[in-house]
Amino acid sequence: MTTATHPPEPSEGFDFYDTDPASHADGHHETGTMLGFWIYLMSDSLIFGILFAIYAVLGTNYAAGPAPSDLFEIEKILLATFFLLFSSITYGFAVINMQQGKQRVMTIWLLVTGAFGIGFLTMEVLEFHHLWHLGAGPGASAFLSSFWFLVGTHGLHVLSGTIWLTVLLVQVQKHGLNHDNKRRILCLSLFWHFLDLIWIGVFSFVYLTGVLL
Amino acid sequence: MATATETTAHSFPDITNPVNWFWGKLSWDIFPFYDPLILGTFIVTMALGLGIVGWLTYKRLWGYLWTEWFTSVDHKKIGIMYMVLATVMLIRGFSDAILMRIHQALASAGVLEFLPPYHYDQVFTAHGVIMIFFVAMPFITGFMNYVMPLQIGARDVAFPFLNNLSFWLTFSGVVLVMLSLFVGEFAATGWLAFPPLSGLEFSPGVGVDYYLWSLNIAGIGTTLSGINLIVTIVKMRAPGMTWMKMPIFTWSTLVTNILIVASFPVLTATLALLTADRYLGTHFFTNDMGGNAMMYINLIWIWGHPEVYILILPIFGIFSEIVPTFSRKRLFGYTSMVYALCVIMILSYLVWLHHFFTMGAGADVNSFFGITTMIISIPTGAKLFNWLFTMYKGRIRFELPMMWVIAFMITFTIGGMTGVLLAVPPADYVLHNSLFLVAHFHNVIIGGVVFGVFAGINYWWPKAFGFHMNKFWGLVSFYGWVGGFWFAFMPLYILGLMGVTRRLSQFEDTSYALLFGIAALGVAMIAVGVVAFIIQIFVSIRDRAALACDGDPWNARTLEWSTSSPPPYYNFSHVPNVYALDAWDHMKAHNAEEPQEGYVAIHMPKRTATGLVIAALMTVMGFAMIWHIWWLALVGFIGSIAYGIYHTFDYDRDFYLQPDEVRAIANGRRPVVPAE
Repeated sequence: MTTATHPPEPSEGFDFYDTDPASHADGHHETGTMLGFWIYLMSDSLIFGILFAIYAVLGTNYAAGPAPSDLFEIEKILLATFFLLFSSITYGFAVINMQQGKQRVMTIWLLVTGAFGIGFLTMEVLEFHHLWHLGAGPGASAFLSSFWFLVGTHGLHVLSGTIWLTVLLVQVQKHGLNHDNKRRILCLSLFWHFLDLIWIGVFSFVYLTGVLL
Repeated sequence: MATATETTAHSFPDITNPVNWFWGKLSWDIFPFYDPLILGTFIVTMALGLGIVGWLTYKRLWGYLWTEWFTSVDHKKIGIMYMVLATVMLIRGFSDAILMRIHQALASAGVLEFLPPYHYDQVFTAHGVIMIFFVAMPFITGFMNYVMPLQIGARDVAFPFLNNLSFWLTFSGVVLVMLSLFVGEFAATGWLAFPPLSGLEFSPGVGVDYYLWSLNIAGIGTTLSGINLIVTIVKMRAPGMTWMKMPIFTWSTLVTNILIVASFPVLTATLALLTADRYLGTHFFTNDMGGNAMMYINLIWIWGHPEVYILILPIFGIFSEIVPTFSRKRLFGYTSMVYALCVIMILSYLVWLHHFFTMGAGADVNSFFGITTMIISIPTGAKLFNWLFTMYKGRIRFELPMMWVIAFMITFTIGGMTGVLLAVPPADYVLHNSLFLVAHFHNVIIGGVVFGVFAGINYWWPKAFGFHMNKFWGLVSFYGWVGGFWFAFMPLYILGLMGVTRRLSQFEDTSYALLFGIAALGVAMIAVGVVAFIIQIFVSIRDRAALACDGDPWNARTLEWSTSSPPPYYNFSHVPNVYALDAWDHMKAHNAEEPQEGYVAIHMPKRTATGLVIAALMTVMGFAMIWHIWWLALVGFIGSIAYGIYHTFDYDRDFYLQPDEVRAIANGRRPVVPAE
């Protein structure tokens, strides 16, 4: 049941019903999952789009409170950014090994990826903790509301990705690199790279412009 | 702050109780039993509910419902569940409409202020929310779910479990909205809950929280369902069904679901930000600390206008199936119909600002959005002409579906023209937020969506159940709805031109009374239509033997009619090869006969309760968040995620139906006899 195949050309009338068992696909929906996941990512990028738009509109409404240059410690953010960028590369290595069927090497690369993810999250929690203690919580001004939500939503996505990674590692240990697990690893791969992409936007648009402009 | 307290002060218990760590804001005085109307409704609803539960228990139907319906991943059963849900909620939403019409008729005549203002505000909010999110949306999702996979020759949707989950998430939203009727209160803000009115400062109670959690949970379900149906259309069409051989209803489903995926995330994000304003003290949409309420109004309409087309485009698809079938001609202008759908899809993103021309964005911005709005009427007009030319010189059969189509064409055109009037910014400055606007959007939603839903139900009911719907009660319903619509809403156009604004509960001037009285008469006629529809369903089921039909009772043109009525759960014993647009018509023209042999094993998904469990836990989470019961919210949230993860450990989710079983099922069904 794929649309790629065309029915046989009508030589003697039309062949409306195909009764040859060999010619039938069994209706597996496997190819659909990747497309569905791409579409999900598009819908998620819309959510980030809204959060970026909110930041663009409200990001300078400091309400007599602190501004980005008072708050952001760009060196630490840069370190966190490298954590995330490297985690994308290591995930890439994991996928290459998965496709070569090297489960053990793949697992190691996934563990490294997870460690980078946790490192990124730790940096983020420390940053939020720092801001909170400066009195720059999400309720302090519209700028800070939109900042916390944009960065926080990305952080929650990384957290979900990390939990998903953990679950997948357990599943790979239990069932090996079967068809389902491979597909799931590819989906998480898309998700992980997507978060990287969003973070590049956050880093350039929020942190760099906040400090430089 | 003092003035704010005064404006929201009312004679009702203040649902801003101090929070108890275990019970949150729950306490005995949250039950609105001070109001005899709500008390009465509560007693009737409870009696009805208990009656149904008792009857189901007495008939020992719970096991059947659980295995065959609630945990089913069959797109047809999920589609029917959506339709049932929408029908039940139609009665609830319509009850709100009756209350409003009675109230305005009595209040404008100076007789009686039937509802207290605060209650009236909740009624019009609930009416709007329910009619859009829990009547119109489930109806169209139901149609898309039931019909589209059959039309493309597929055996199910791409993600059957996700489909079940989407339904239960929608149901979860319904549960929360219904709970708000008896436990606490609903939002009194209007159906889109504009801040700052919906912010914590001016709506401190739980009403807006009910609104937010119910819509966000249901909205996630809608987004997932959108992804699911897009993938189904892209990946699972029968061999040979190229894009331009897809039936128009399938096209409209594709376009609609693209709109869903590209707009519901905006709703989710916007509502989440308002939720943050109310729960976390952020300042996105507040008046102070740099917040901007107009940001919310922009964002909600960036979702809201595509939403209008999400409702109407599948209905256009339904009409495009019915008109050719009952005119015994192929659809006029198939290609232009497809392009019109796609153009509307794109334009629907470029018009949102026409909902608030009076924001004061300036003449340039308003002109841009005014012009894009007027341009949308061009592809829509093209569609109407296509239907007219399809009917021209056709041999038209005036069956119920066709009658609804004709009522639609007349009614919707009027609504479209008043819409073009409203698209002119200077005119909009006068008519903005008046009853003229209310009349306009009811004119297109009732005249378009509702009429289309009834057309579709009468058209596909025989496919779903194997028997026709009763024609007499269908006609009563038809005349009640169509006649009632004209009586109920034409007076509102006039009242709007006279200057009556929307959502008014008090009147100084009794000269409006006559027109409000006529509108109330109209709603009484629509009530006849609603009741007749319910009777029609029961009478049809009672007389099902006499109304029985074969697989293709209307001599229709698309693939869903090539299988038996009702279809087997795997839809097609042999998946047909498609060579032409209107594949089934083409097959009939060439005397296609389905072979009785050559069955192959069919790969099918197993039923699962996961969707229901996750949605139930999400409902618990929503309810707990509304009432500030933080520990319970955490339980619901973590529980739903943990259960979802648990589900992923189940790798054994499908089975093969063996050729012998397929043969047994296929041979036991009424054969499809190509008509004529």
